[in-house]
Amino acid sequence: MKPKLLAGIIIIGILSVGAIFAPLLAKYDPNKIVLEDVLAGPTQKHILGADQLGRDLFSRMLFGARVSLLVGVIAVGIAVLAGLVLGSLAGFLGGITDTLIMRFVDIMLCFPAFFLILAVAAILEPSIFNIMLIIGLTSWMGIARLVRAEILSLKEKEFILAARAIGLSNFRIILGHLIPNALNPVIVNAALGVGSAILLESSLSFLGLGVQPPQASWGNILAESKAVLGAAWWMSVCPGLAILLTVLGFNLLGEGLRETSNQ
Amino acid sequence: MLTYIIKRLLGMFPLLWGIITISFMVIHLAPGKPSALTEAMNPRVSSEVRERLNKLYGLDRPLPIQYFDWCRKIVTLDFGVSFIDGRPVIRKIGERLPLTVFINLTSLFIILFLGIIIGLKCASQAGSLYDHFMSLLVFIGFAMPGFWLSLLLMDFFGLKLRWLPISGITSLDFEYFTFWGKAGDLLRHLALPLFVSCFGGLAGISRYIRQNTLEILKTPYIRAARARGLTRSAVLIQHALPNTLLPVVTILGLSIPGLIGGSVIFESIFALPGVGRLFYEAVMARDYPMIMAELVIGAALTLWGNFLADIAYSYVDPRIRYKR
Repeated sequence: MKPKLLAGIIIIGILSVGAIFAPLLAKYDPNKIVLEDVLAGPTQKHILGADQLGRDLFSRMLFGARVSLLVGVIAVGIAVLAGLVLGSLAGFLGGITDTLIMRFVDIMLCFPAFFLILAVAAILEPSIFNIMLIIGLTSWMGIARLVRAEILSLKEKEFILAARAIGLSNFRIILGHLIPNALNPVIVNAALGVGSAILLESSLSFLGLGVQPPQASWGNILAESKAVLGAAWWMSVCPGLAILLTVLGFNLLGEGLRETSNQ
Repeated sequence: MLTYIIKRLLGMFPLLWGIITISFMVIHLAPGKPSALTEAMNPRVSSEVRERLNKLYGLDRPLPIQYFDWCRKIVTLDFGVSFIDGRPVIRKIGERLPLTVFINLTSLFIILFLGIIIGLKCASQAGSLYDHFMSLLVFIGFAMPGFWLSLLLMDFFGLKLRWLPISGITSLDFEYFTFWGKAGDLLRHLALPLFVSCFGGLAGISRYIRQNTLEILKTPYIRAARARGLTRSAVLIQHALPNTLLPVVTILGLSIPGLIGGSVIFESIFALPGVGRLFYEAVMARDYPMIMAELVIGAALTLWGNFLADIAYSYVDPRIRYKR
């Protein structure tokens, strides 16, 4: 196995275990306010210290991992679905459908993604579901282009001609023959996409437009750490490092998959 | 060449129209009226006042009418007035645009300059310790959250070492400085934001240049140049570099939206008066005319940047020109 792939899988594996078993692993309720422990440094009692409300940072980090992974994976799921549908329609039907869809992609790519995401996040109620939707619906364009290109080259191959000759409908050709063969680069792209979706979620939460307190997310822990900058290093170092490692993990996974599929 | 430029210019109009339409739809098709927030902040706002607000901003009219009215005004660059202070949106953006453009252009140049050096060095020493170290850095650069990097830098250079200021663009006594004092002061304030805005982009460009150079080094004309007895560095700089740089022009064009979007984050963290922070303030206050205007202008800037990149590309690479 490629070292990058292995490293990615290990990082994501550890993280997923932490996220899934968060209620078992956390020693404290992540939202319990303990006044005696306000800004307590890392000790035996609090492995990663406590925040300005005396909440245990390690417990909050674990529950924050749930948010990050969930948002990352589901947002990318939405993006992949949209990209597959629009990309394969454009590539397979061609003509005016292709032109319209690809112009739409061009237009969407012009917007600074973060502007668009912030604008929509401001209008909708901030909730985890809305964040997934917003991130998914603003990051499908790359996948659509990829799928279209794959399908353009695939649809000239003999096996598609054969599928047509035995009388399969367009729908079944796309779903059963074209998309499965175009999936490889999409999977690589999706792995890389989870990383950037997690970055986007944490940036949004950091700016106060994502996951709302008291629910913990790495981004909003970092936002709270601004107030105690220089006084409680664990508040800014831990969540940031977690984001960095998680995104790194997904990027390594994506790169590893790319190397493996290119062999 | 001229026909190509004209064709590309004409092709931009439908895209521009799409940008304007999507910006409008994003704001107006979402649930919740723009005046809802003014209401939420002040429970005493009566329905009468709400109606007056809606009327003032034309929000009581049917959507298609609002849409056509908005489109008509944009042609004359009239984006309406800000909900916050009633000043024309376009003037508020105009005041803040130079700083953002300055920061983004400067970081583009820094990214390009350092990216070329790092990328070429890695490609010419592929597999060396330096190459491995740099590719590790590149992976970290891709994964680094810009806002966290900003916080760490502020904490270290601003609060611990007290070397650099952590917010704003000028010191309080800026007016009393000499010219060079002023330049130095600006530079000190911009050092951290520039570093942050370069960090992520540099990872992408240097990696791209490395890959590209590796491919080019395999081509016959490089072997021919080596066979002629040119030194390694001469081959690298005179023969490989120009060809490496061709696609980079396009990549730079494509990186514009990311840079503009990223300016929201570091401008709000470092309290810099640019369009990014303006956008953030508009979003927090639900200043709809401002949000729509910035969406349109941000996307139009990207469109324009891509256009310039395409023109530059076909200018430096005759192969592209003949194909069209």
